[in-house]
Amino acid sequence: MLMLSRVSETLYWMSRYMERAEHTARLLDLQVHLLLDQTALDPDQRWNMMLNAIGLAPVDGAHDALSLTHWLTFDTLNDASVLSCISSARENARHVREQISSEMWEQVNSMFFEVKRLENSALWNDQPHRFFRMVKEGAHLFQGITDSTMTNGEGWNFIQVGRYIERASLIARLLDVHFRAFQLTPLHDPIRENFLEWVSLLKSCTAYEAYCKVYTADLRPDRIAEYLLLNSDFPHTVRYSVDHLYSCLQAIARTTESKRAKHVNRLAGKLNAMLDYSSVDEIMTSGLHQILQEVQAQCAQIHSAISSAYIVYPADDFVS
Amino acid sequence: MTAEFASKPMFDHYQLDEAYDEMFSPDGGVRPQYASIHRLLEGLTEEEFRRRKDAADLTFLNQGITFTVYGNDEGTERIFPYDLIPRVITRDEWDTIERGLIQRITALNLFLKDIYHDGHILNDGVVPRDLVFTCRHYRRQMRGVNVPNDVYTAVVGTDLVRLPSGEFVVLEDNLRVPSGVSYMLSNRNLMKYVFPRIFGAYGVRQIDDYGQRLLETLRGLAPRRRDEPTIVLLTPGVYNSAYFEHTFLARQMGIQLVEGRDLLVHDNIVYMRTTAGLKRVDVIYRRVDDDFLDPLAFRSDSILGVAGLLNAYRAGNVTLGNAIGTGIADDKAIYSYVPDIIRYYLNEDIILNNVETYRLTDDTVRAHVLQQLDRLVVKAVGESGGYGMLIGPHSTAEERVEFARRIEADPRNYIAQPTLALSRAPCLFDSGVEPRSVDLRPYILFDGQKVTICPGGLTRVALRRGSLVVNSSQGGGSKDTWVLNA
Repeated sequence: MLMLSRVSETLYWMSRYMERAEHTARLLDLQVHLLLDQTALDPDQRWNMMLNAIGLAPVDGAHDALSLTHWLTFDTLNDASVLSCISSARENARHVREQISSEMWEQVNSMFFEVKRLENSALWNDQPHRFFRMVKEGAHLFQGITDSTMTNGEGWNFIQVGRYIERASLIARLLDVHFRAFQLTPLHDPIRENFLEWVSLLKSCTAYEAYCKVYTADLRPDRIAEYLLLNSDFPHTVRYSVDHLYSCLQAIARTTESKRAKHVNRLAGKLNAMLDYSSVDEIMTSGLHQILQEVQAQCAQIHSAISSAYIVYPADDFVS
Repeated sequence: MTAEFASKPMFDHYQLDEAYDEMFSPDGGVRPQYASIHRLLEGLTEEEFRRRKDAADLTFLNQGITFTVYGNDEGTERIFPYDLIPRVITRDEWDTIERGLIQRITALNLFLKDIYHDGHILNDGVVPRDLVFTCRHYRRQMRGVNVPNDVYTAVVGTDLVRLPSGEFVVLEDNLRVPSGVSYMLSNRNLMKYVFPRIFGAYGVRQIDDYGQRLLETLRGLAPRRRDEPTIVLLTPGVYNSAYFEHTFLARQMGIQLVEGRDLLVHDNIVYMRTTAGLKRVDVIYRRVDDDFLDPLAFRSDSILGVAGLLNAYRAGNVTLGNAIGTGIADDKAIYSYVPDIIRYYLNEDIILNNVETYRLTDDTVRAHVLQQLDRLVVKAVGESGGYGMLIGPHSTAEERVEFARRIEADPRNYIAQPTLALSRAPCLFDSGVEPRSVDLRPYILFDGQKVTICPGGLTRVALRRGSLVVNSSQGGGSKDTWVLNA
């Protein structure tokens, strides 16, 4: 059955917002924990890093941790807040309720109300960690429900595309912000200073344990970069995300047989190949910053290409 | 509490009055078609009743069977209230209803064709010309437009009520975008879950293929000779009160549920925007009112419609079900002429009578009506859903003054009818079984060859004690309607 452009766009954004909510919740969780420890970074600088990582402008002067955390979590005037992202995911889901499974709708709906309800709760005030864990679990549950209750057809593929394009660009941005903040750290030696910051970078991608299994607990910046950027087996890496992004876009192209699909797939394939055939040494030599910028720019290009191939193409593209 | 309930006979609070009672004859005897249901209710323990009620609630909730109430900031979605006791209609009763509706829809469809073409009925002075041309729902854009198979009203839901004599009469024709059919189908599903045994024993006629019949009807109206015409359901979107029904019907028929922004018109052909490219659309089952269909032709502030749709329609490249401009024939002032319309086109006497209706454009009639507003029902001619009406016996003096002022200002816009004692059917409450006023909305399909009445319909219930208003927007509910085979 043909799929309406509006529906696929809505599914795509629903999924992107859910991914963003999860990512922001995880970063905030780690941020709150990091600030408990004495680190070399002063808290204001740490906050600005965090804001930068999710695409917000830095704040001048002193930061009030409590109100900032609240603003980033609950403030619906802040489009980037966790609650705003969940609310946007829910609004999108609501418009395509008949396309997603009832279980998916129930999950995003109850998640929204649960987060709203907890704004003034003791749980939030006393144990923010448990609160953020609940948000992360909610997002995981939504993904799991999606994968087990929805036909793996075109709509599902658009959901995957939304999830992975968001994830790839978020991780690329996070890495970029981090490596620029700690650019004086020797790349090839075990980390001695700011150890917690590097652990937290891995944890931001839920990758600490997975990293240790590959490289042992011996943390080295070049290895961390290699892992988060180029590992093809771990779900929260740039390469893994781009891999899945590419194969879902190919699946969509097969179903729709759209002649405009070629351009989208060429862009996604190019990004995929770049990551496939790079080595971390080359990247470190030619400049990690450039590569990470390139990844983000290409994700943005793929986004516009998807839009002009499947959503807002000019009115001369007829099928049967 | 529990013990008290269990020992209390279910029908303790059931009182008959002058209205026709669906279950009991005036002497208090149970009508034969209700005998088994009556026995079941008498023997129902509180626990069993709760169990069934809970099961029903849960089913409705899980299926998301809801509607939206306008003018309520809280927004809005409520479960559509329903009652578990079915309304039973005998085969003989149904025969009359069926013949009457076939006659009525056939005539009204001919009337629509006539007034948008030659206007014979106007030339012959049967229906006053000014009444037609002053109707808010008359669409001059439809003059001389030929619609496929001459079908103007493909999908109809006519409101019937039952008088104290037991006779069914027509209260309202709904020829634009009648809703509620999804509740009819959901209620039926529910009853089969909750009362399987008694349902099985009753010999109830099937309504479950309504979706398929609707699809066939729409397919038959496709403008091009094609094996597989593309049919879509056009909805105003998630904020519409009937959105649940739109998704429900689209799913039942296996067709796309589209919004105005999904469609575009190019060279007078309608397309929908899909990820695979533009796909030509042949038939639109539209659940959007005329006013909002095409911003270029009707309300320019509409964002629910499709620019250029009217021209594509007039060019014969797409079919709309129902046609544009059908509202003229369910105008409540035109309604009073339906018996004449039937005689004019079919040369037959009306089978299902109208409710007596006062035309307020006549000075003597108006003066007479204004004197007894406290006993009459006044309705705005173009409204539906229970909006814009005055129920005399339940009104305040201020409301009557206000309505009198409105009537004097624009007599064409109102009609008056006697306050009817609607028939009452048994409904289940915590306190036992009590009678409530009901109406009946059967659903009718017309493909140009044949008028098909789905054997059943939506029985709407005024759940508030003493209320006569059955509309869901005004606190009404519904119950399943069983039309018997024998």
